[in-house]
Amino acid sequence: MTAVELPGTVAAPHPPDGDVVLDVRDLRMRYGTVDVLHGVDLTARRGEVLALLGPNGAGKTTTIEILEGFRMRSAGDVRVLGVDPSRGDERWRARMGVVLQSWRDHGKWRVRELLAHLGAFYAPYSTDRIRRPWPVDELLDAVGLAGNARKRVGQLSGGQRRRLDVAVGIVGRPELLFLDEPTVGFDPAARREFHELVHRLADLDDTTILLTTHDLDEAEKLAERILILAGGRIIADGSPDELSRRVAGNAEIRWTRDGERFVHSAADATAFLRDLFGQYGDDVQELEVRRPNLEDAYMALVYEQESGARGSAAARAWQQGRQA
Amino acid sequence: MNPTAAAVRAGFRRGTTELRNTFTNAQDLWGYAFPTLVLLVTIFFMRGATVPGTDFSLGSRTLPSVLGMGLAFGGLITLAQQLVVEREDGTLLRAKATPNGMLGYLVGKLTLMSTVALVSMLIQLVPSLFLVDGLRLTSAPAWLTLLWVAVLGLVATLPLGAVIGSLIENPRNLGLVMLPMMGLIALSGIFYPINGYPGWLQAVAQAFPVYWLGLGMRSALLPDALAAVEVGGSWRHLETFGVLGAWAVLGLVLAPVVLRRMARRESGSRVAARRERAMQQII
Repeated sequence: MTAVELPGTVAAPHPPDGDVVLDVRDLRMRYGTVDVLHGVDLTARRGEVLALLGPNGAGKTTTIEILEGFRMRSAGDVRVLGVDPSRGDERWRARMGVVLQSWRDHGKWRVRELLAHLGAFYAPYSTDRIRRPWPVDELLDAVGLAGNARKRVGQLSGGQRRRLDVAVGIVGRPELLFLDEPTVGFDPAARREFHELVHRLADLDDTTILLTTHDLDEAEKLAERILILAGGRIIADGSPDELSRRVAGNAEIRWTRDGERFVHSAADATAFLRDLFGQYGDDVQELEVRRPNLEDAYMALVYEQESGARGSAAARAWQQGRQA
Repeated sequence: MNPTAAAVRAGFRRGTTELRNTFTNAQDLWGYAFPTLVLLVTIFFMRGATVPGTDFSLGSRTLPSVLGMGLAFGGLITLAQQLVVEREDGTLLRAKATPNGMLGYLVGKLTLMSTVALVSMLIQLVPSLFLVDGLRLTSAPAWLTLLWVAVLGLVATLPLGAVIGSLIENPRNLGLVMLPMMGLIALSGIFYPINGYPGWLQAVAQAFPVYWLGLGMRSALLPDALAAVEVGGSWRHLETFGVLGAWAVLGLVLAPVVLRRMARRESGSRVAARRERAMQQII
């Protein structure tokens, strides 16, 4: 079975079971006369981490805002935590977390104060299974802000500010979390800590996470499933591995022999290497084989989609020209 | 626990936190002290001048009028300003992403604004008492009148301020409201009685809450004899209550509709677009 769906193929049937947190079918969005989304299909199960990738202007933000209930859709069937987001009430809102791209809100507030304040709104929605809100001290520890609890929000550094945004997003112990480019402005250590936090949320708390990012390395590390949105459609949906394999790219082989460096690109790396060793044996040194990675797959898929779109537009124009 | 009750309680706490934040912030404190300085200077230059047709000090008449103006300004402009700014910086979106967060936000804002308005009134009143005399400061009914006019004034102006703040998208357009507000204040007999104005101008002034807040404050603090120089020769408490009450009803009907419409349109990309625009303006 492959999770990769080709554009235009019939979407796999979505089983109506309680574990499905996101269920989107044929989502369409039109601004004026411009179609931004042409029928997006996606599903996510409880505890799954999904990365939504795509070029700027592909409709990622629009998709996420529709799922968050912040934007009305033009058409399509959307269920988020079992509820249509355009009819979501406050109880529904309490079950999800949104990490916003912040700017300078609540600058005069102290970190601890703000988290305690926002957490209070979630207390009435506490259940036996999920205790809400997240106790502030534990939360500060989890996001690495324990040392800044008494600081004013306006005095945090960019990375600390971002951690606070994440803390605000998870203070209600969400079952579903939206992360919009979460690690912009993080240093490598903060990034790693953040990745650990995401794994913890998904594994221990069974939180479903939908994140957008332009960092493919991050997507590969965090997400079990990658969705590529381009031209208003999901053009690929699968694990990072599946996507890399789907692109029939050549492997890149590097080695040195007698102090000289060689690079070769081969579709069948195994056969090439067998020949190489047959010919030179132990003279082959510092061998590296690099399979096409997610980045290669991403570039290839997006390029394919974009040139396909251009191609079909050209074909239409040509046809119209002939009819005229 | 009932979610609505929890949100209202969190809102009150939000208001007190913001009160603490604003009263410990040097820039904000200067903002509260500045009008008092202006008022003191104004009263100082009015020394020797009298209310036309009487021998009552013009400065003493100005003080209560300015208190009324301050309430109207605080209710209409300051709340509108805060809404516009906090929409731009993402505070409102944050509230929207929180369950019942908008309710909490509004309760917090009303707590903050009404307390700030009343405290500002005291900041202006107390130092000015050293410069003026003839006010009815020892009369209990005077304070009672002051209280109901102040509270009704806030109920009349705060919802309108929320409506104005919801309709303005760009902070730069706040000037569009400031200018007519200044004109209205000039019309409303805050610094000088309007008896001498043409009838239609008097009618315009009396259609808006600023005039009535000034009149109501004067009726509380000035000796009854001064009623003679007001329009109609009376304090017109009934009319004050009627006009302020009508604005209150209008505001309370409009505000939820307009606020809900504004809140529905908030989203991350709108905040980001405003941020982009603001950044370009800075550069």
